[in-house]
Amino acid sequence: MKYIKQLTIILLVSLIAEVMEYLIPLPVSASVYGLALMLTGLILHIIPLHKVEGAADFLVENMSLMFIPPVVGIMACTDELKQMALPLLLACFITTVIIMGVTGRVTQFIVGKRRKK
Amino acid sequence: MKEFVSQSVYFGVVISFIGYEIGLFMKKKWKMALLNPLLIAAVFVIGVLFLFDVDYEAYDKGAKYISYFLTPATVSLAIPLYRQLSLLKKYPVAILGGIAAGVLTTMVCIYLLALGLKLNHEQYVTLLPKSITTAIGMGVSEKTGGIVTITVVAICITGIVGNMLAQTVLKLFRINDPIAKGIAIGTSAHALGTAKAMEMGEVEGAMSSLAIVVSGIMTVVSISLFSKFI
Repeated sequence: MKYIKQLTIILLVSLIAEVMEYLIPLPVSASVYGLALMLTGLILHIIPLHKVEGAADFLVENMSLMFIPPVVGIMACTDELKQMALPLLLACFITTVIIMGVTGRVTQFIVGKRRKK
Repeated sequence: MKEFVSQSVYFGVVISFIGYEIGLFMKKKWKMALLNPLLIAAVFVIGVLFLFDVDYEAYDKGAKYISYFLTPATVSLAIPLYRQLSLLKKYPVAILGGIAAGVLTTMVCIYLLALGLKLNHEQYVTLLPKSITTAIGMGVSEKTGGIVTITVVAICITGIVGNMLAQTVLKLFRINDPIAKGIAIGTSAHALGTAKAMEMGEVEGAMSSLAIVVSGIMTVVSISLFSKFI
């Protein structure tokens, strides 16, 4: 029962986020509005942490599972995929490594500087 | 058999779950980065679909209910983030600066790649949102005139690559601060990478989930400028 109540709150936030996506003409998805709403709710203590954390942790822990259908979707667009295979692979492998490295180094540099003070 | 499978609502869900369980089992047993449960599940599902001669639409009839929970799950990312809010307040410059550097790196990398390989505008803007979360990335790709399907594929591969290579890349660049690790993963490999960051620890997970949102927004802004370059 506890989890149904928690899930209801999370789904309600998702629903409000869906309305925002519908009304606000930006290329921003409902899930991002929902995340911002949930965070705001938690900060302002409108949504107490213990009222959502059980179901939320369950959903977050199992998130990888939810990406299976979109990944399987690769099989439905093989022609377009062949055309862009090389740039796609270079973008996905090499640039991802560079981006991760640069982001991490820059963040670590600033964090280290702050800590020394 | 094929007709039944194409009609079934549970078929897609069941083979996805079985594939994921196989993936979890293999990962637990051999502990290799390449044995990503998501990747194994996807390969397993595609194999089964070929075996039964079922197309993606038929599979998705049932499997879409798994993705149904993606929005509530993304909304739930606010919870680990909220728990780490004190850290955020402590290092706003490092976090925002790091993410901004990452987003700019993405834009420049894809721009140079597009120049080098002589990509047209459509192909270029298809790849620009490859490091951000699928939901935001799809919208941006559509708005700027990209091929949305390929953007989704690029985002997924990037996520898998980020998820699988995260530990190696972080070690290679000698990034050992939990905040920097999380920010690096979330900025480069969105929610799929965040799943890996969550396994590393709560700080990494929270930072990574924060980076998804912030880098998503920064990317939308940057793309409105960078999409005009080619």
